[in-house]
Amino acid sequence: MVLPALLQPNSRLGSRMSKQQHYRTPLRLPDNVVEVKSKFEAEYRRFALKRNSPGDFQEFYRLLQTIHHIPGVDVLLGYADVHGDLLPINNDDNFLKAVSLASPLLRIIISKKEDEPGVFATNSLQRRKKGLGLTGLRTTVSGSAHSKNKPGLMIGLPQNFRQISSIIDVDILPETHRRVRLHKHGTNKPLGFYIRDGVSVRVTPQGVEKVPGVFISRLVRGGLAESTGLLGVNDEILEVNGIDVTGKSLDQVTDMMVANSHNLIVTVKPANQRNNVVHRGSKTSVGNCGSVGSVGSTGSTLSHDSPSPASQSNPITASNSIAEGDSDNEDDDRDLILENDCLTPFDSHHITNSNNTNLYDRDSPTSILHSTTVRTPLPQSISLPNSVGASLSDNSTTMSTLNGNTASSSHENMREDGNIITL
Amino acid sequence: MRRFRRHGHESQRDRLKQELFHFNKTVEHGFPHQPSALGYSPSLQLLAIGNRSGAIKLYGAPGVEFMGLHDENAAVTQVHFLPHQVELVTLLDDNSLHMWTLRAHKGLSELLEIGRFMLTGPPGAPPSVTRVTAVLAHSSGELLLLGTEGGHVFVVEVPGFRELEERNISLDQVSNSVPDDYIGRRNLEHVEALQENPVNPNQVVIGYGRGLMIIWDLEKQRAIQHIPATQQLESVWWTEDGSYILSSHSDGSYCRWMVGAEDVNEEEEKSDIPYGHFPCKAISKIVQLPTEKGPPFLLFSGGMPRASYGDRHCITVIQNKTQVALDLTSRIIDFFVIRDGPKHTGDPSALVVLVEEELVVIDLQTEGWPVIQTPYLVPLHSSAITCSHHISTIPIKLWERVIAAGELQNTHYSKKPWPITGGQNLAPDPPQRDLLLTGHEDGTVCFWDASGVCLYPMYKLSTAAVFHTDADPNDNMNQGTEGEWPPFRKVGCFDPYSDDPRLGIQKIHLCKYSGYLTVAGTAGQILVLELNDEAAEQTVEAKVVDLLQGQEGFRWKGHTRLDVREEPVLFPPGFQPFALVQCQPPAVVTALTLHSEWKLVAFGTSHGFGLYDYQQKNNVLIKCTLNPSDQLAMEGPLSRVKSIKKSLRQSFRRMRRSRVSLRKHHVNNAAKIQDANARLEAELAEMELAPVQRKIEARSSDDSFTGLVRTLYFADTFLSDSSHNTPSLWAGTNGGCVFAFMLRLPPVEHRADEPVTAQPAKEIQLMHRAPVVGIVVLDGHGAPLPEPLEVAHDLARSPDLQGSHHLLVISEEQFKVFTLPKVSAKMKLKLTAVDGSRVRRVGVAWFGSSRSEDYGESGLVVLTNQGDLHVVSLPGVKMQVQYPCIRREDVSGIASCVFTKHGQGFYLISPSEFERFSLSTRHVVEPRCLVEVPLHSDNSTKHRPLHDGFSSAHGNARHDSEDPEVLQEIQKSLEGDQTSFLENNVKSAVA
Repeated sequence: MVLPALLQPNSRLGSRMSKQQHYRTPLRLPDNVVEVKSKFEAEYRRFALKRNSPGDFQEFYRLLQTIHHIPGVDVLLGYADVHGDLLPINNDDNFLKAVSLASPLLRIIISKKEDEPGVFATNSLQRRKKGLGLTGLRTTVSGSAHSKNKPGLMIGLPQNFRQISSIIDVDILPETHRRVRLHKHGTNKPLGFYIRDGVSVRVTPQGVEKVPGVFISRLVRGGLAESTGLLGVNDEILEVNGIDVTGKSLDQVTDMMVANSHNLIVTVKPANQRNNVVHRGSKTSVGNCGSVGSVGSTGSTLSHDSPSPASQSNPITASNSIAEGDSDNEDDDRDLILENDCLTPFDSHHITNSNNTNLYDRDSPTSILHSTTVRTPLPQSISLPNSVGASLSDNSTTMSTLNGNTASSSHENMREDGNIITL
Repeated sequence: MRRFRRHGHESQRDRLKQELFHFNKTVEHGFPHQPSALGYSPSLQLLAIGNRSGAIKLYGAPGVEFMGLHDENAAVTQVHFLPHQVELVTLLDDNSLHMWTLRAHKGLSELLEIGRFMLTGPPGAPPSVTRVTAVLAHSSGELLLLGTEGGHVFVVEVPGFRELEERNISLDQVSNSVPDDYIGRRNLEHVEALQENPVNPNQVVIGYGRGLMIIWDLEKQRAIQHIPATQQLESVWWTEDGSYILSSHSDGSYCRWMVGAEDVNEEEEKSDIPYGHFPCKAISKIVQLPTEKGPPFLLFSGGMPRASYGDRHCITVIQNKTQVALDLTSRIIDFFVIRDGPKHTGDPSALVVLVEEELVVIDLQTEGWPVIQTPYLVPLHSSAITCSHHISTIPIKLWERVIAAGELQNTHYSKKPWPITGGQNLAPDPPQRDLLLTGHEDGTVCFWDASGVCLYPMYKLSTAAVFHTDADPNDNMNQGTEGEWPPFRKVGCFDPYSDDPRLGIQKIHLCKYSGYLTVAGTAGQILVLELNDEAAEQTVEAKVVDLLQGQEGFRWKGHTRLDVREEPVLFPPGFQPFALVQCQPPAVVTALTLHSEWKLVAFGTSHGFGLYDYQQKNNVLIKCTLNPSDQLAMEGPLSRVKSIKKSLRQSFRRMRRSRVSLRKHHVNNAAKIQDANARLEAELAEMELAPVQRKIEARSSDDSFTGLVRTLYFADTFLSDSSHNTPSLWAGTNGGCVFAFMLRLPPVEHRADEPVTAQPAKEIQLMHRAPVVGIVVLDGHGAPLPEPLEVAHDLARSPDLQGSHHLLVISEEQFKVFTLPKVSAKMKLKLTAVDGSRVRRVGVAWFGSSRSEDYGESGLVVLTNQGDLHVVSLPGVKMQVQYPCIRREDVSGIASCVFTKHGQGFYLISPSEFERFSLSTRHVVEPRCLVEVPLHSDNSTKHRPLHDGFSSAHGNARHDSEDPEVLQEIQKSLEGDQTSFLENNVKSAVA
C-alpha cells in the first residue's frame, strides 16, 4: 500500500483522508436518507439516496446521467467535502465516503470529461510510466483482486503532480518506524539533508541499551527531504534501501545513500513519534489479513491526532517492494552513451571534429522508446531529445560525408557535446 | 527439482571457491617500524628485533624469518636469547617478561610464546623495587638475573619463571659489604648493568647507576670485589679473559678495571674520554673483543663532543691505530659483534648496528670496513614511498639485465657473504620471478626481487638527473676531510630528505617483454626509459603538452614545471630516459599506461589526458576533461589543506593582534580583553564541538575534480563494428565518464614516419557518476585481454576475437559489463549501494585451483575503503569471497595496496614495511624454515634437572628425569600440547 505524498497544490490531501477514515463506519445522523444536490453546467438537480444502501458507483453514475438527461456523455463526478474542497467520486469507496460524509447535504458537481484537463493527454511518457509503476506497485503489494478490478483507483489526479516521495511498506513495519522513498530522478532539487553519528537507545530483554546510531542532523531549506515533511532532524536512520545500517560507520551510510540517491529509500525512526502511520487493522482486530485488505483498497492513513499504539515488538522484515527487481530500479542503469562512429582523426596540430551522430541510449528494457530509431545530428543543440534509442553500428555513409567536414571550433564542439550529454 | 539442481550447483561452486581462494597474510617485508630492542644468539645465529608496538621478529639466513606479537601493546625494551637454547626472553615497557621459543611442528619451526612473568616484590613495596632495568641470561641457561630500579637483583629460574628468593641479591646485602666511606654518602641507585664473568659463570658484575660496581659470587652469595667508579654508569663489559672490566659513563669516558685483586679499593687502571677536552655525551655501550693476533677491537656508541657533534649518531670502532666514527642515519638502538669460529669466540667478523630506521652491517675483516648489503630488513623508506607497481613472471633476460645494472651500483659493498646464517630455509624456490617497483619522493624508483620471502633490492633508478634541482650534487660527497676529528664516516642509506617534492614518482608502468619503462611524477612529468647495458650520454628532449586545450579563465595555483637540463647528461647502465612529456598545468599525474607493441604512452592528470608516441616523439591526442566550473582542480596539490591551516592561523593571529592593539593603546579595560578571550574560546569550542556530519547528495556534474583521469587502458577490440578489431584507448574519469578513442597505427614498415591517429569513438557517462577506477575488455571467452606483447612471446593464449567482446567498467560503486561494439549495459554488480563500501584498488588476477593443476579462472581482486578484499568473478561479475584485510582507519595502507597477477598483494603496514598477502591457494609465498636446537658440547651432556615447580604445575608427579621411560611418557603426554614449554626442555635433556 502506498500513500503518495503529493507536492503542490493539494498538500492537505493526506490529512483530509484521515478525517474521512475516521467517519467511515459510524452513522451519526438519525435519519436514513441523504440529501443530494447535483450540478451539471448551469443545471441543478436535487434528490435523495438511502444512507444505508446508496448502491454502488456505477449505479450512482447512471442515476446522475438519467437525472441530468445526459446519457452517453462521459462525465467526471466531484463532491464538496466538509472543508469545502472538491473531491472526486470515481469508485465505490469514495462514493460511499461521500455519502457517509454528507452532513446534511451531499453536493455533487458534474463536469464533462472533455472540459477537464486530460488525465493522460498532456502527460509525458515518463509520467505515464511512473503512473503505471505506481499502480503496479499497489497491486503487487496489496495483492487483492479487488483493486485490480479498478485500475482507475484515483483519489486525486496524481498525474498532475510529480511524485517526490512516498511512505511505503506500512503493513510490514513497526508503527514506530517509517520507510520513506525519495524520488530524486527527474528533479533538480537537491536531496538536501545531512546525517551524523549519535547514540540510539534500544530496549532489549536485558534492559535499556545504548548503541551507536546514525541520525539526520540537518535538513536543507527547500530541499527534497524537507519539502516532503516525512523526514525530520534527529530521526534515526535504520535502513537504506532495505539494508540495515547497524554497525556501519557514518561514512559507509553516507556512501550507501549517495549510491542510492536516484531512488533512495530510508527507513527512519522518527524523533517525533506523534505523526506515525497507524495500522487500522491493529486497532480493530488481530486478524492481519483483513486489515491489510482494507488498507490496500482505501489507502493507509496518516493519523495526525492519535498516538501510535504500542507495537514495538513487530520485527522489521525486509520489504519485498524494495528488492532488486523493483520497477524503478533501472533508473540508475540509464548511463548516457555517446557513440561517435564518424569522428575525424585527432592530430596534434589541429583537432578536427565533425557533426557527430550522437545517440542517447536508454537501455532499460521496458522502455517503450527503445524501439524507435531516431538519428539526430546535433551541432550545438542544447536540447537533446530525451529518449532516443538506436543502434548505429553501420554508419558508413554518414561517415564518409562527415569525415571531410573540418570544424575549426571542433574542440568546443566536443566539449559542448559532453555537456549536452551530461545535462 | 529445479531448485534442487540449482542447490547442487551452488555447493559445487562453493567447493570450487575453496579450491581457488584462500586468504592469509604471509610475510612482512622491509624494516620493522620503530624498533626498540635488539638481541642476538651466536649459537643459533639468529637476530631478534623488538619494536614499540610489541612485535618481535627473528631473522637468520635469508628466508629464515619468524614473527611474534605480544598481547600487550607495549614496547619491547630488551631481548635476550637464553645461551645455547632456542628460547628467548623479552622485557616489555610494562615490566612484564615473556618467554618465547622456536618449536618444530611438522618439520617447520614456529615462534611461540610459552610463558609470561611479572616480578612481585614484598607486600607494600613501591613499584620501583620490582621495575626491571637490567636482564642477564645466565650462561647456564637456567637462571635469569633481573636488576631493578630499586637496586635489587632478583634471581629467577627459567624457562618457568620461578623466583628463587633465597638467591636474590638485595641492596642491603650489597650495602653492608661496601665500605662506609663510599656507601655513606651515596645512594647506589638502580641496577644499570649485569654481566657474567666469561671464564667463571659464578661471578657476575652488578653495576649501579651511581657508578659503583660489585663483583658478586653467585655460589657463595657474597661480594668479591668493589669497583668504586665515580661517574654515572652507562654500561659494563667483562673482557674475554675475565681479567678486566670496562665501564662506560655518562660524561663520555670509559674506564678499565683489573679484576681479581683482593684489594677492595682497587684503583682504576685506565680512564679515557675518547673525544674529550670539551664536554661529551654519554658512551651508552662499550665492547672490547680480542683478535687471534694483534690488538683487540674496541667499539662503543656515543661519546661525541656535546656542543659540536651532539646530534650525530655514532659508533666508534678502534683497532690498533685505526679509528673510525661510523656516522649513522638515525638513533642507535643497539649493536653487537659477530665473531668467527665454531664456538663464536674467534676474531670479530662483523658489526651489526640497529638504528631506528635501518640495520647496518659492517665487515670488520676487510680493509676499510665496508658495509655488507643486507638481504632483508632493507629500509623501503630510504626516501618515502609514493607509489608501487608489481610485475609478475619476469622473463629471465630482463631479470638478468636488471641484476647486472644493479650490481654495477653496488660496488662499494663488501664482497663478504651475509654473516647471519641461522636456521634452514625450507621454502621451495619461487616458481617465477616477480618484480616490485617502488616509486619514492626523491624521484627514485627501486626494483625489488619480490619472488620470495626476502624482498631483495636489485636496482635503483634515479630520475632527478634529468632535471635541474636545488640540490648541489657535491652535497652528497661525505668524504671527510683529511685529519678531521672525530674521524666520521657516513654509513647507511636512509635519507628521507627530498631535494624537490616535484620529483616524487606517482605512477610506474613497466613492459616486461620490451624493457620499456615509463614513470610519471608530481609535477606532471612523464619519462619514458629504455634498458641499456651501457652508459650513455644523451639529452632528454622535453615535450610540453597543454591539457587545457584553450579552456580559458583558469589560473594554475600549484607548483611550476620542472626545469629540464638542456645539456647532455651521462646516464649509467640501466634504465635511461629518452623521452619526456611535461603536462601543462603541471599537475600530478594520476593515470599512466604504456603499450610497448604500439609504442604509445597514455597519461592523465586532473585536467585531461594525452597519448604520446614515443617512437616519433610526438603527441597523438590531447583531451581536456576539465569541467569549466571546477575551480578546485586548478589549485595545486594541498592548497586546500593549506587554506584550512591558513585560516586557522589567521584567526589566531587576529586574536593576538586584537590583544596586542589593546595593550598598545593603553586601554586598561579588562572587560575587553576578557571579551577577546571569550571569543577565542568560543571559536575554539565551536571548532571542537562542530558535529561531524555528512551531506547526502547525489553526485552532479558540477562536483569538484570530475575531470580527474583515474584510469587509462589500451585494448585491441571491436570498437566500431563487430567484424574488425582495432587498437583503442580508454580513459575513465572521477566523474564517472568513460572515453574511448579509436587508434589508427601505420603499418610496421611505416611506423617511424606515418602519424598515429586517434579519433573519438565512444563516450559513456555512468548515471551514478562515481569515479571510474578500472576498465577491462573481456574477450569472447570472458577472459581479460592479454598484455601487449604477451601473445607475441607465446606466453598467453591469443584473445578470442571471434566471440563478442565485453567492456567491464569498474567504478568506485559498482561493476558494470557492457557489450561491444554497441555499448549497452549487460549486467552489473552493486557494491556501495549494498554495503556502503567503495572500491579503492582493483586488479585482474588468475587463480589456479589447488586440486587440479590445469583448472583456473580469472577474477577481479578488489580492495574496498573498508579494508576488505573481495574476489569478483569474470565475466559474470559475481561476488566470490570476502576477507577483512586492513583496518579501515589505515587509509595510507589501503592506498598503498598493489595486486599481483596471481592473487597476491602488498600493502604498507608502516612507512617502512610491506605486508604480503595471498588470496590464491596456489600462489603463496611465506617463510618455511627450521631452526634446530644447537648441539653444545657443554650443555647437551650436562644433566639438567626438571624442577618440581614445572612438573607439578603440569599435573605430573615428581619424577626422575634420568629415567628414559618416564621421559618418554612425559613426552607422549605432552605431544600436541602446543603451549607447553616443557617439551623442548625434555627434548634437549634427552639429546
